[in-house]
Amino acid sequence: MGLEAEIPVLTTTVEKMVQWARRSSIWPVTFGLACCAIEMMAMSCSRYDIARFGAEVFRGSPRQSDLMIVAGRLSRKMAPALRRVYDQMPEPKWVISMGACASIGGVFDNYALVQGVGQIVPVDVYVPGCPPRPESLIYGIVQLQRKIAQQKLA
Amino acid sequence: MSLPTLSNVSDSTRIVASLQQEVPGATFEAAPTVDLHPTIYTRREDLPAVARALRDRPELRYALLAELTAVDYHPREPRFELVYILVSLEHRGRLRLKVRLPDDDARVQTVTGVWPAANWLEREVWDLFGIVFDGHPDPRRLLMPEDWEGFPLRKDYPVQIKMTPRASEPLQVTEQEFRANLERDRLTRG
Repeated sequence: MGLEAEIPVLTTTVEKMVQWARRSSIWPVTFGLACCAIEMMAMSCSRYDIARFGAEVFRGSPRQSDLMIVAGRLSRKMAPALRRVYDQMPEPKWVISMGACASIGGVFDNYALVQGVGQIVPVDVYVPGCPPRPESLIYGIVQLQRKIAQQKLA
Repeated sequence: MSLPTLSNVSDSTRIVASLQQEVPGATFEAAPTVDLHPTIYTRREDLPAVARALRDRPELRYALLAELTAVDYHPREPRFELVYILVSLEHRGRLRLKVRLPDDDARVQTVTGVWPAANWLEREVWDLFGIVFDGHPDPRRLLMPEDWEGFPLRKDYPVQIKMTPRASEPLQVTEQEFRANLERDRLTRG
């Protein structure tokens, strides 16, 4: 960006403008599956206040969302529902896998659970922890914002 | 220490005597328990009549089915035991009714006609143990996906299975319904 000397405008490229707009207002879809969702809620509330990073508008509808935070263990029975919600989100969209269970199955190495949501949806950022603290998830969202800032338009 | 005063229904011999009046020919076996609740085994052939008698006899009145579950004693035979935990609100007593089932013929008559609460409980037992409840009004799986193979709470069921998770659901409508939906959509859009 550059500030023109004579007139009060900023110049930039369309790509940078779009990257800035996308990363500055990430709207996550409400998708809490287990105890990680409690930390996710704590992150969105006043103590940790994800509004500071422009990602506080949790939507009840996937049609209005950019980001899916898979917060908790995903059972095999739930997997089609998760995929459906992901498919209903408009492009561009991103996925954060929150916690050990969502990422690799966690302690639940058994028949009932999907061993990593990466088998169902493409994951952009993995946040480790059991559950991750709200700070960890905020760090994950900031990492995602950095990733979005590098995504080329074409 | 004096135990809480329970009425005579908590005494398993009295319960058995009362049941034998109502269901002659049925065999019962009282098992020792460490808690206050008497435990009675019955045969599965007698279960429907016994269940009805437990609910309806005025001195019993086990009108509430609190829990219905099963135990897999693999590889012992008979392999399964069904456990019905009954509550008599009227006489302040609980009863544990058990039925033994063999591995090669794990089926029993439903008690949904006696206690409607048995509906989902029997579905759960079918889902996880594979015990068939004959005459059940809605014999579908309750917890596992409907197309699941195997019964996870059986002792010979593997803990880990190597299987790709399904990411899509099977079609919920029949082909005719699907075509009808398309046709209706076409007509309403003009």
